[in-house]
Order: sequence, then structure tokens, then C-alpha cells
Amino acid sequence: MPKLTIDGIEVEVANGSTVLQACEAAGIEVPRFCYHDRLSIAGNCRMCLVEIEKTPPKPISSCTYPAAEGMIVHTDTPMVRNGRRGVMEFLLINHPLDCPICDQGGECDLQDQAMGYGMDHSRYEENKRAVKDKNLGPLVKTVMTRCIHCTRCIRFIAEVAGVPDLGATSRGEHMEVGTYVEKALGSELSGNIIDLCPVGALTSKPYAFTARPWELSKVDSIDVFDAVGTNIRIDSRGPEVLRILPRINEDVNEEWLADKGRFALDGLKRRRLDKPWVKEGGKLVAATWAQAFAAIAGKLKALAGDRIGAIAGDLCDAESMTALRDLMVALGSANLDCRQDGARLDGSRRDFYSFNTSIAGIEEADAVLIIGANPRKEAPVLNARIRKTWVNAPIPIGVIGAETDLTYDVTHLGGSPAVLSALHDGSHPFAAVLRNAKKPMIIVGQAALARPDGSAILAAAWRLAAEIGALAADWHGFNVLHTAAARVGAMDLAFLPGAKGKNLDAMMGGGVDVLWLLGADEFDTSRIGANTFVIYQGHHGDAGARRADVILPGAAYTEKHGAYVNTEGRVQHGFRAIDPPGDAREDWRIIRAFSDQIGHKLPYDTIEAVRARMEQINPVFSRVGFLPRFGCTDLSGPAGDPAAISDAPIQPAVANYYQTDPISRSSVTMAACTEAASPTLVAAE
Amino acid sequence: MAASNAAPFEQPASFAFDAESEAQIAMIVARYPEGKQASAVIPALYVVQKQMKRTTGSAWVPVKAMDAVGHRLSMAPIRVYEVATFYFMFNMRPVGTYHLQVCTTTPCWLRGSDQITEACRAATGIQGWGETSADGVFTMTEVECIGACVNAPVLQVDDDFYEDMDAEKVNQLLAALRRGERPPVGSMAGRQRAAPEGGPTTLTTLQFAPEA
Repeated sequence: MPKLTIDGIEVEVANGSTVLQACEAAGIEVPRFCYHDRLSIAGNCRMCLVEIEKTPPKPISSCTYPAAEGMIVHTDTPMVRNGRRGVMEFLLINHPLDCPICDQGGECDLQDQAMGYGMDHSRYEENKRAVKDKNLGPLVKTVMTRCIHCTRCIRFIAEVAGVPDLGATSRGEHMEVGTYVEKALGSELSGNIIDLCPVGALTSKPYAFTARPWELSKVDSIDVFDAVGTNIRIDSRGPEVLRILPRINEDVNEEWLADKGRFALDGLKRRRLDKPWVKEGGKLVAATWAQAFAAIAGKLKALAGDRIGAIAGDLCDAESMTALRDLMVALGSANLDCRQDGARLDGSRRDFYSFNTSIAGIEEADAVLIIGANPRKEAPVLNARIRKTWVNAPIPIGVIGAETDLTYDVTHLGGSPAVLSALHDGSHPFAAVLRNAKKPMIIVGQAALARPDGSAILAAAWRLAAEIGALAADWHGFNVLHTAAARVGAMDLAFLPGAKGKNLDAMMGGGVDVLWLLGADEFDTSRIGANTFVIYQGHHGDAGARRADVILPGAAYTEKHGAYVNTEGRVQHGFRAIDPPGDAREDWRIIRAFSDQIGHKLPYDTIEAVRARMEQINPVFSRVGFLPRFGCTDLSGPAGDPAAISDAPIQPAVANYYQTDPISRSSVTMAACTEAASPTLVAAE
Repeated sequence: MAASNAAPFEQPASFAFDAESEAQIAMIVARYPEGKQASAVIPALYVVQKQMKRTTGSAWVPVKAMDAVGHRLSMAPIRVYEVATFYFMFNMRPVGTYHLQVCTTTPCWLRGSDQITEACRAATGIQGWGETSADGVFTMTEVECIGACVNAPVLQVDDDFYEDMDAEKVNQLLAALRRGERPPVGSMAGRQRAAPEGGPTTLTTLQFAPEA
């Protein structure tokens, strides 16, 4: 723990820190372009110059210089100021003066630091160099003349995303950052290089020329396109969400955001349900709220509770599911389900259906077994965490399921879950690897659970976890990786068949007479019985709305306050950035208003009251944002016979990463990504 | 590089190492410890360039060949592209039968590299750096110091150094190359390696003490 003095401030920093990190610890700003906390150190921009006593009398780049005991550092001497001015002058030699037409303007490191540390004029009169723009696919726009060669994007793509596509080719004045051969970036995290780029060389293609940062109002929210619960910031102007950026949360997403969460937002403006619709004579006609409610009330009046059912979708907030569940209970129905994919989740204990190790906890693991999950497609940010762990120390990672490139080396154990029994009896060589690990992790994906023997796989995975020592008092290595943002919240709220209640399968084919779909689009709606009266409450005209008899227009995640529980079981609140379009309303309010119509008035009028009710159902909802780490003391496993596993290979849960839900299916950008990712697939359709 | 304004060309659709190259690469890779095969990238690229010379008559490195090198050495293709484009010894586009590399760094320049350049231009019809003559025989590029300053100016043809050049010698050399001859490499002024021109100038009267 070296102690050093920086501009007269004494700080003590961790071993292995650099001088730049020590300066940050002392609260002193050091300008930088190439240095980034989460990337390897390059030391090529030379902007972070400082002066250190008793070293050769020259400016020293602080990002590459190790902090040592007794060092005396100056960050504001004539030598430092002059050095930084010189570096800035060199950087600006070839940087175009196109700030007025640059999307980075207003949030540009180069702009800010040129003001703070640069000269007030340029002495350079020669021509600037020009560089051809690269086509990096539908998401990242390039203006390569602006590039200052900090190589952050190259390092991110190679180190964090694990898809080494970018590089710096040629040299000297001819050096160019790009892919050399034309190709779209093959990473699901590619949008992050836009944030990392300190200049306007890499900007968002869909957001190009849309707004200036100071015009936007910024609201904190939670990403719903996967179950990671990435912390996001929604930037909106007037009635439009213009862009989505990640917020830093070390425990969840560090500072990354997956491409779908960042770029699917144009889907929020298309195919929206903005007024109620009622089917009359086989055709949906626009209606008022009163007419829509009356149509439902009329249908419900004569029905017994067990003829009514409700299915919650993948993007729902916990508040709306609470309201719908309470309404169903009030109507005497136990027919609830949130498992649209038919995943055989066991709701009897919370650690049977959550990612118990926690996302940050992945970094402690020393062996991983992935069963029927493709974290790269199902949770790219979580996959980056696994990769980070693997890069720090190459841990053994076994995969059961389809063989794909997860951006780290894996041992493929087979396509069928039957190999679990070989792991169980120790006949498979990977069993020894897991048993010898101190903190082994098992990750069970939805692909393994959404099949007839899902319960058996879940039970077998738990049994294996117990055997290999993954379930200990201080380490919980059993994990379920979800794909739906709403799923864990729904499980926590017991949005599951109650006593004698019907599950999704039983509700199909006329199992119920009235079916309330709360944003449920991800199951085969043609299985719903022809005479079942379907209420679709949601925000997009997708599969559910097409089948509906009454449509209640709800709010998308950007348009409502909502609680979401991520795959870890972490409760997080998102805030409303804009108003829902037209007559659409926040979903829990719709249900609350309807309950009044049929004489079962739900006992809450404010979101605070709904949340109090949620806490009453499950106390976990009182703990927002924070998730304590816990071990496992009760080894009794989930229901299911571990022997009943079939040999059928596991089919991937996510076929096309870019289109998994009503919002991303409505997104033009995501459609372009789909085409870029698999041109042959699209052509064949 | 400088040749961005030169004629367009086609990348071959595929590339595979031939038996000779495979043998060379196996030998090169064996020099490095297990897991450090990437160290072999530069010699491997030379192997590619030599194979292209053998098979097509033009010593250059196509993209497919860089992919093959990356595959062989377990490197991402872009890492190979970075190395190959960094060093001007690797030609990223087809070159003529003879690759004339004129050193224009200070010692050669002081000793008349401008005349060498002019003579090459006049003899081949090439206008700018990186261009290939209309008959496809010569490509002329400008190179940085190639380490033969004592015998400046230097004209490198493929891998051979021709030193102590002047315009007349350039004409003779190029004419010989056109005839398919390869004049002996080294000093064209007749001196022995880098010894002084016209024979030794120091230690000429060296006498040893009589042995006792």
C-alpha cells in the first residue's frame, strides 16, 4: 500500500495502482483519452502527463507509471501544463474542426479537454489528413477522420466483448482504426464503443443528427430486454425517447449495455397500441376505455373464477403483475402463469429460480458448468462478466447444449442433458474438475427448463451442485439464468398456478373462457381455444394483440414507474421518462380502474400503495437495488426426478438475439442487425 | 498506404500453404514456446510472400493468406492484418516481377538517392511511389533506412541490396534485370563489402613486432 503525495495531498493506494489512479484517489483530475478503468493500459495518447520528483526531468505519462512509496507528484506545474498543451496540439493537427456537425459535440472529451488543457489557437497550417469511413454495421457510425487513435474501441472489442474484429492497421500518419476487411461488428456489446470513444469517431448510427445532449432530459431506468437488469439512463426530448445509455452499477452491468437494450428503442414508436379496441363482429374497432371495460365486465359477469386465467409477459413491471394477480384472486381464479416458454421453474424456494451466485460473484468462481444457456445471446453483459473472470484466470467452463462461440474457451460436454448423469456418477472427466473446484458454479438456462423434462434437469442440476460443493454456507453456486426481465419478479409474486390452478398449457385449447394477457406475446397464441375471450393488455400490436377480443393499451417500460427483479433476484426501480402514447395508461392503473368497474376495487391508489402490497406478498420487494450475498444451508432440492432426463439435445432459447420481444420486433434497427448478422437467413425466409 | 490511388486489384478467393511453405512454417513455429505461436507471425508472413512469388510471380500478401496465417498461429485475423500493414516489407497489393525499393533516408539522400529515383522513373515509366510499370515488370517503392548507409545510395531489388548506385548503374541494373539476369549483389563500385573505396586507407603500414 504505497503512500504518495500528489499536489500536497497525501494518499494511500492499493498495490499495483498507477500514478493516475492515485491522482484520482486524491481527487485531482488528470486529462486522458486512452486510459480507461476497465480496459488494459495502452499509454498511447500521452495526455495524462504529470511531473514526478526525483525522476528524470521530463513529463511522465501517469497512466503507465506505477505508484511507489514516497513519490511526490505534481499535476499543475509549467512543465506539465506545457506538455499537455503540446500533446493536445498534436492531437488537433489532424482532428477536423467539424464540432458543429459532430454528434459528440457537448459530450466530447476532446472538446472539453481542449478547452481545459489545450492552447487557444493552432499553429498548424498544413492540410489535415482524411481517412475513409468504415462500415461497422447498422449500429455504429464512423467518422474516422476524427479518430485520435486512443485504441479504446480496439481494446474493448478484444478484451471485454471477446470478438477481436477491430484493430489499427498501417502506421504513422497512415494508421487507421477499423476492421481492415469490411464486416459488421460481431458483438452483442458493440454499442459500448460509442460510449468509450472520447471523440466523435464512433457515434450511434440510429441516433445520428438527432439531438444535442443538453436538450435531453435524463431519467434513470432498468433495461428490460434481458434479465440482467442493466441500469440505464433514458434520454428523451418531449414525447420521444431518443437514446438509452448505461449507468454504472458495479454489481450488475459495470458500465456496459447490450446492443438490444441500447438500440431497440425505435421499436417504442412503432406498432404501438394507443387506444382501446374491442372486437365487434369479428373485427377490432377502436373504443373508449369505458366500452372496453364494459365488454370485459359483461364477459366476466357470469363466469366462475376457474374459467378465468391470466398470463404475464416477459417485459412486465412487478406492479402490474401484482394488480393483475390481486384481481384474479378477487375473481376467484387461481389460473395464473408467467412461464410463457413453459420453463419448469420451481417457485417453492427463491434460490431454485434465481442467479444465486450474483453477477459480481461470478468473478469468484473457479469452475463453471453451463446447462442449456447461451449467455452471449441471452445476457450479453453477464457473459462479459464470465469472460472477464476467464480472462483474469482461465477457469474451466463446461457447456451442455448447443455448441456456440461464447467468447471464451469452453469444454463442450454434449448437446443433450443426459450427460448430467455421467457428471453425477463421476464417470465424466469434467466431474472431477467441478469437484476439485473451491467455488464451482452451475448455470441453468431456460433452454434446459423449457422442455418436458425441465423439472428433471433442474433437479439433476441442483443435485450435482450439492455434490460438487457448490452449495455451501458461504457460497451459493446454483444459478438459473433467465431471459425475461419480468420472470423473477413474477415468480417472487407467485404469479403461478395457485391451488388447483391451471398453468399455461391447461389454459390453452379452451381451458379457460376468459384469458387476460398482460403483455404476453412469446407463446403460440394459436393454441388459445377458439371460444376463449382474450384480453390483451400491453403496448405493442404483436402476437397477443392479434388474437385479442379486447385490447387495453398499456405503457412500455420507458413510460411507467416500475419495479423489475433481475435474474439475481435484485429488485430495481425504473422511472417514467415519457408519457404513454394516446389513451394508453400505466398498466397497474388500468387494472385498478377495471377492478372498480366490477366491484372488486383493489386497495391501492398510488404506486407507493401498490409497492406496499408487493412487500406484503413478498418482503424482497422492500430491498431495492441492494442484494445481499448468501450461501445455501438447506440442500433439499427442487421437485423433479433427476433420472427422468431425456436424450433429446437442448435447443437454444434465443434463436435471433436482435428480435426477442414485441419492442425489438418492431424496431427497424434490430431488423437491420438481424439482416447484417445472418443475411442468408433473411434471404431464405 | 501510399498506394491508395494506384490501380485496383483483385484479392484471390482462397489461399493455402503449399508443401514447401508448410515445412518452413513448421520449422519457424517450433522456435517458440507452446502457446506463443503468435511470435511467428512476421516470419510466417515472409513465407506467404515467398510462396506468392513462387506461384504467381508477384511477392505480396493477400487477405486470405493473412487469414491462413492467423488460423495457423491461433491469432485473430485482425492481429495479423495489423502486423502485416505495419511493416512496409510486406506488400499488401500485387507488385511487379522486380520490386525496386529506393532508400531515401538522409545518408542515401545526401549521396544522391534523388538521382536513383529519377533513373528508375526514366527507365521504367513509373511516376509515383507504389506504382507498377505498365509492362508489370517493376514496382517502385520508397523505403526508410535499410541499414546499408556506408555504401549509400542503395537500391534494394526484392531481397537484394545494390549499393554505391548512380543513375548509370541503375540503367545497367534494370537492363540486366529485364534480360532476366541477376547481377551480383553488394557494392556496384567494386569495393569489397563496406571497405573503403579504392582499397584500404588506414593501417596500411602496419608492422608486427618481430617474434622473439
